[in-house]
Amino acid sequence: MGWGRFPRIAQTAHAVHWRAQLPAVLRGLADRFGTTLPYGAGRSYGDSCLAASDHVIDMKDVDRFIDADWERGLITAEAGATLEQVLSVCIPRGWFLPVAPGTQHVTLGGALANDVHGKNHHVRGTFGCHVTRFGLVRSDRGEIPCSKVENAEWYHATIGGLGLTGIIAWVQLQLMPVRSSLMRVQKTRFGSVDDFFALSAELDATHEYAVAWIDCLAHGKSLGRGVYSVANHAAEGPLTVASRDRRLRVPFVPPIGVVNAVSLRAFNSLYYRRVGQARVDTTVGYEPFLFPLDRIQRWNQLYGARGFQQFQCALPEQHARDAARELLHAIAAGRRGSFLAVMKRCGTVASPGLMSFPMPGVTLALDFPQHAELARSLFPRLDRIVAEAGGRLYPAKDAHMSGENFRLGYPRWQQLEAMRDRTLNSRFWQRVTAT
Amino acid sequence: MKRILIIGATSAIAAACARRWSACAARFFLVARSAERLQQIADDLKVRGAADVACHLLDLNRLDDHAAMLDACMGSMGGIDVALVAHGTLSDQDRCQADAMLAAHEFSTNATSVIAVTTAIAERMRAAGSGTIAVISSVAGDRGRASNYVYGAAKAAVSTFCEGMTARLQARGIHVLTIKPGFVSTPMTENMKLPRILTATPDRVARDIVKAVEHRAHVLYTPWFWRPIMWVVRMVPGFVLRRLSR
Repeated sequence: MGWGRFPRIAQTAHAVHWRAQLPAVLRGLADRFGTTLPYGAGRSYGDSCLAASDHVIDMKDVDRFIDADWERGLITAEAGATLEQVLSVCIPRGWFLPVAPGTQHVTLGGALANDVHGKNHHVRGTFGCHVTRFGLVRSDRGEIPCSKVENAEWYHATIGGLGLTGIIAWVQLQLMPVRSSLMRVQKTRFGSVDDFFALSAELDATHEYAVAWIDCLAHGKSLGRGVYSVANHAAEGPLTVASRDRRLRVPFVPPIGVVNAVSLRAFNSLYYRRVGQARVDTTVGYEPFLFPLDRIQRWNQLYGARGFQQFQCALPEQHARDAARELLHAIAAGRRGSFLAVMKRCGTVASPGLMSFPMPGVTLALDFPQHAELARSLFPRLDRIVAEAGGRLYPAKDAHMSGENFRLGYPRWQQLEAMRDRTLNSRFWQRVTAT
Repeated sequence: MKRILIIGATSAIAAACARRWSACAARFFLVARSAERLQQIADDLKVRGAADVACHLLDLNRLDDHAAMLDACMGSMGGIDVALVAHGTLSDQDRCQADAMLAAHEFSTNATSVIAVTTAIAERMRAAGSGTIAVISSVAGDRGRASNYVYGAAKAAVSTFCEGMTARLQARGIHVLTIKPGFVSTPMTENMKLPRILTATPDRVARDIVKAVEHRAHVLYTPWFWRPIMWVVRMVPGFVLRRLSR
C-alpha cells in the first residue's frame, strides 16, 4: 500500500541490488507477470506507486552515489538514494537541495517521477527543473541517458511521468549553494483567504520559502484563518546535518485513528493561538521547517487501520481565490476536518515535465481520515470545484480521482501513454486511463 | 585518519560499515571479486567523504594471492588500523549434503580462506603493534542445526579461531572482534523466508559493528537480542535441539 495506507493492495517486492541488474530484472518480471513498476520509498499516498500486476521492483538498495562535483554543485546518484542521504553529504560542503518536498524520505527516482515541488516553488519551480541528466532503463532499448539535449523527448516525458516511461536508474541534480543549514523563519497569523493572498503578495518575493497552514475546521467569520510561514536560509551559521537519533516513532497501528474531530479541533485551535498577533521571527534548523513530520517516524499510522486520503489540488491564478474559499467552505461544512491543511502560492517557473502537477496559482493539500463518506459526498463536491476552476489533482497523492477529471486536468496524458514502457503500469494509471 | 581494509567489500554489511566510516574521511583498501561492483562501492564512498579508496580484485579462495593483496594494501595505505573480514557465501545445505566437493568448497570459502587471510592480517598488525581485526561470523556457528550445518560449521570454525586469536593478541595491543549477526536482509539471504520481526537491515548491523570496533568489544551479537536468544539456544540439550532443528 502507499503512504496513506489506503487503498490496501498487497504488493510483492522484487529486490534489485545493483543498477546493472535492472534490464534483466525488468525483462524477467515482465515475462512472468506482464507488467511491473519501480517502487522507491513508498511515499506516494495512493495507488500511483502500486503496480497493476501487484509485483513491484524494490529500488531501495540501488542507492549509491556515483559522482559529485563540489565546485559546481552537481551530484549524481542512483535512483533509490533518498533526499535525506543527498542532504547528508551536500550540507557539510555548503550545498542544499534546490527543491525539497515536505519529507526528505523520498527517493531521487520518486522525486523525479512525480516532479515534486516544495515550499519554494514560487522561486525555483519543481524538482524536475534542477535535474540535469538521468539514466532511463527501457525494456526495448536498455539504458539511455536523458537530458535536454539527449533523448529529449524521454527527458520531458519522464519528469512527472509517474515511473511509467522506464526505470529511472540514476539522477544528476544541480544543487543550490547555502551558507548555513539554519533557517530564518517568520510566522504570521491571518484571518481569511483574502489575508492569505495579501501576505503572499507581500512576503513571497523576498523569501525563498513560503507556506501556509490553514485551520479548516474554522467556519463562519474565521473561515480560512491560518498561519503564514516564510523563511530564508541564514546568511551565516553552521553547516550541520540533522541528527537521525532524536526521532519519535509511532510504534503500532492503533485500531481506531487518533486523528478525529476532537483531537483536530484542539490541535488546530492551539496551533493557531500559539502564534500571537505579532509576527514572530525565529532561527531553526532546516528540518523542523522543511520536514516537520519527519520527526515522527510512521506518522501515517496515527490514522489507524483505515488509513487516510490526501486531497491536493492546484488552482490556476485567475480563479484561485474564489475556488480556495469555496473548497474551505465545503470542507468546514462537511465537518470532516483535516489535520494537515496546507496552502501555498505556486510561481511561474515552468517545469520541463510533460505531466507536471503545479501551475501558477495556488495549491491546497488536505489529509482526511479514510471514511466511506469521503468518496460519497465530500470528494465529488471538491472535485467539481477544482474542475470548474480549471485546476487539477496531484496523482502522487491521489486515491480517488475519476478518469474524466484526470484527463481534463492533464490533457497531454495520451503523449505519456504513447511513451509508456509496455512492461510498466500502475494501479493509478490503469484506473485513470480506463475509458 | 583511519586506514581501513575491507575483505568482501561488496557484501551488504561491509558496504554499510564503509558508508559509516566514510563520514569521518577514512582511507579504504577494498577487496572483492567483481570489478564493476567494487567500483560502484568506491564511487559511493568517495562522494560520502572517504579520503581515498583503492580497489583490489581477488577471489579469496586463491590463498596463494593473499600475500600479494596485503603487500598492495600496505603499499597503498602504509598500514592498517581496521580490517573488516566480511566475505562469504550462504551455503545451499541441500546441495552440500549430496555433493561432498561442494560442501568442502563452501567450507573453504567461509572458513579456510577467512582463517588464512585473518592470520596474514594479524601478522602485519603484529609487526606494527596495533590494529583492529573485525571478522563476520554468525549466530549459526553457535550450534549445529540440520537446516544449515555446513555454513554453521564454517562459522563455528571462524568463531573459535577468533576467540583464540583474541586471547593471544590482546597483550600485543591488537584487538580482535568476532561479529555474530542474526538474520539480516541482504542479497545473500534473499531467497530465505526470514521471520520479519527478527530480521535487521545491513545498516542496523553496521551501526553496531562500527560502535563495537570503537569500544574494542570482543564478541558482538547484532542486533543485541541475539545474545540472550543464543544463550538459551546454547543451553538447550542436544536431544531437544535435534527435535527442534528440522
